[in-house]
Amino acid sequence: MKNDNSIPDFSSKYDVLVIGGGNAALCAAISARRDGSNVLVLERAKEFYRGGNTRHTRNMRCAHDEATDTLTGPYPEDELFDDLMRVTEGETDQELAKHMIHESKDMLNWIVEQGVKFQPPLGGTLGLGRTNSFFLGGGRAMLNALYETAEKIGVQICYEAEVTSLEIENGMFLSAEAKIGADPAKNYNIQAKSLVAAAGGFESNIDWLKKYWGEAAENFLIRGTANNQGSVLRMLLDKGAQEVGDPTQCHAVAIDARAPKYDGGIITRLDCVVFGVVVNNRSERFYDEGEDIWPKRYAIWGRLVAQQPDQIAFIIFDHSVLKKFMPSLYPPIKADSINELAKKLEIPEEKLVATINQFNGSVIEGNFDHTILDDCHTEGINPPKTHWARRIETPPFYAYPVRPGITFTYLGVRIDKDARIQMSDGKPSANMFAAGEIMSGNVLGRGYAAGIGMTIGSVFGRIAGKEASKHVRN
Amino acid sequence: MSATSDLIGQSPLTKPTKAGGRGIEHSSENLNEADRLMTICNSCRYCQGLCAVFPAMELRRDFTEGDLNYMANLCHACGACFADCQFSPPHDFEVNVPKTMASLRAETYSRYAWPSFLSGLFYRNGLAISIITALSVAGFILGFIYFNNPDLLWAVHTGPGAFYKLMPHNTMALLFGVAFVAAIIAIIMGAITFWKDTTNASIAGAGSGFWQAFSDSFKLRYLDGGGAGCSGETIQKKDGRKHAHHLTFYGFLLCFASTSVATLYHYGLGREAPYPWWDLPVILGTLGGIGLVIGPAGLFLEKFKRPKELQDPDRFGMDTGFIAMLFLTSFTGLVLLFLRETPLMGILLAIHLGVVFSLFLTLPYSKFVHGIYRFLALIRSAKESNANH
Repeated sequence: MKNDNSIPDFSSKYDVLVIGGGNAALCAAISARRDGSNVLVLERAKEFYRGGNTRHTRNMRCAHDEATDTLTGPYPEDELFDDLMRVTEGETDQELAKHMIHESKDMLNWIVEQGVKFQPPLGGTLGLGRTNSFFLGGGRAMLNALYETAEKIGVQICYEAEVTSLEIENGMFLSAEAKIGADPAKNYNIQAKSLVAAAGGFESNIDWLKKYWGEAAENFLIRGTANNQGSVLRMLLDKGAQEVGDPTQCHAVAIDARAPKYDGGIITRLDCVVFGVVVNNRSERFYDEGEDIWPKRYAIWGRLVAQQPDQIAFIIFDHSVLKKFMPSLYPPIKADSINELAKKLEIPEEKLVATINQFNGSVIEGNFDHTILDDCHTEGINPPKTHWARRIETPPFYAYPVRPGITFTYLGVRIDKDARIQMSDGKPSANMFAAGEIMSGNVLGRGYAAGIGMTIGSVFGRIAGKEASKHVRN
Repeated sequence: MSATSDLIGQSPLTKPTKAGGRGIEHSSENLNEADRLMTICNSCRYCQGLCAVFPAMELRRDFTEGDLNYMANLCHACGACFADCQFSPPHDFEVNVPKTMASLRAETYSRYAWPSFLSGLFYRNGLAISIITALSVAGFILGFIYFNNPDLLWAVHTGPGAFYKLMPHNTMALLFGVAFVAAIIAIIMGAITFWKDTTNASIAGAGSGFWQAFSDSFKLRYLDGGGAGCSGETIQKKDGRKHAHHLTFYGFLLCFASTSVATLYHYGLGREAPYPWWDLPVILGTLGGIGLVIGPAGLFLEKFKRPKELQDPDRFGMDTGFIAMLFLTSFTGLVLLFLRETPLMGILLAIHLGVVFSLFLTLPYSKFVHGIYRFLALIRSAKESNANH
């Protein structure tokens, strides 16, 4: 399918139908194909945008007992489990999580056998060189490898293929309807003996987000693909799949407000909150900018900004810290005075001056060190800035406008250790499996740890493919 | 405050027209685009394991023209970063580092050319080189006809000194010596300008970097996409360009060694060309010549296999012109070797000398300089990474 847009002959029944085109989908397709199944992948995106959010990822977090060429030290299963318990605050299916973590060990070998390359830890690998394996060239390079391998071993792949309905009877998948390619009017009926749903979450579906967030969702930016509409998730839930994860929750970080609505990826992030203060468009501070170190503070600011009027905020800092953090995609807005800065940001001028003056007046100096919870703090203001507080006084002054950037959603379908979808009546589905973001809520009920999404996708993708194939052979 | 939601994409936040654009005006569009891309890439850094360009970028927050010229010459055009980039076209950010760096690299060749009034030779470089070569070959043929009587030109000459019956050795040595020295001077002047342009004072003194650069360039370490190959499109390691370049480069060195040995024979031992087939200059020259026929042919074919998005069409003449010159040099040399004992020797010698003379003359104004600037860029890169580790 790579080089021609011809639509395959759907008259014969496939062994395994994989819906989705990211890491989880491709791992499932490859693993099913290697087990002898006849596999079709339906990817909603055009070829360039294939891979869903995987194309914006960079690494995966797998347990390993020893250092390797690309990992600086061991990361035992127990430690990964503890990390997962910490970030999820216990909202995880512990048995499933332990199974995933155990399986993640072999993933470092298996994924390399599928052509994926890792890079050794370098300066830019965010201090995760021991725990996380970084893809050489990033997530799209990883996808290119998986797609090339899948094609080579005979997995059939259709791009621009949007599944519009699923025929499911008593938890048994029968067929799917899909619009494919240039003629969106034409619906194809595709039959398969088993189904792997790996079609992501619903974070790109603004109407769905509005159910929980109201009109505020209009101002959210989506960091990944526009294709994560959650339609397959919706169909599965409507046909009786058991729900898992908090439907109202999504992973949101504060990203540059000038980013495109979709697909801005990693590069729109701003990690300079600790170096200044954050005000809303009333020129008021609203949260302790020095509460905690990365990555915790990284993940809370999306939600905080979402709660502000018009879902916008401004990180304000001065010249003294300009070069203390990663260079940004868009330049900060610059002004010689706080008044001028307020004018450029179109926020109340007098109030911003007052806010900054009040903040500056409350700073208790200490030994600044942004790598630890240092002793630079404020006294007598609310909210306080409990660490890294330094006066904003050296012109020029700068601001980054930020909005909530949605990474993924937590709602999914419940699965068991075989990645088999559980129905709401408590019975396992006969032939439906799920992998990736569509089931990540099983192990990641809240929070996030770098690279865990890719682990979930690869491990359960591989399992789903294997089990779907096993079902076909029985 | 009302309707702040309109701010998305609107003026008060001074959304740059393009991602990565910082409103910095360099002296050319290629520099502006390279600045924009390096700003984008510096906020991503996923490609840091692919080659030397991205680590060099990470050492900087802002990019001077010299920085960008340096990074453009550090880029080996493997294309891996394009295939791996989530923001390459059709994404709105339009990140295409290999193509932009290729265009900027061509611009630097012209910028550093010495004397500067000859920098125009890089404009339609393929045409310029073709004309110079045609004139040079014609000159040698006409010279042979004019200075020799026809019987001598079409006669069979064998044994030591056979070539010099058609063109006295001293004339040949003087002509080629002058062209060669002129080329060397122009190349050195260009190299000095490049070095000054791209020198970052804080790094200049740190470590030597020479041997690292030597090893990196002789292995073509960075024409490798960090292990993914140099084809620029697939994960399956395909090293066609790298192998063809190795054949070309080592073929060139062997030919150069052959000429050097022959010069030593002539002046040191008083032994005159042509030499018998088993002698060092012929063996070196033949092996080198074979490399320098297959290599450039391979590079030429690889050029057509390469994804179009990675190529700068304006460079086509320069790239293929240099490949053609190397090919013609070795091809005419090998034909001369095989037919040197026939009456065709005279005319073949004139053609071969004409091509080689043109190659010498145009070295500083051809893609040959890519090797010089890249080698210097690799030294700078090695220095920088020594200074930062």
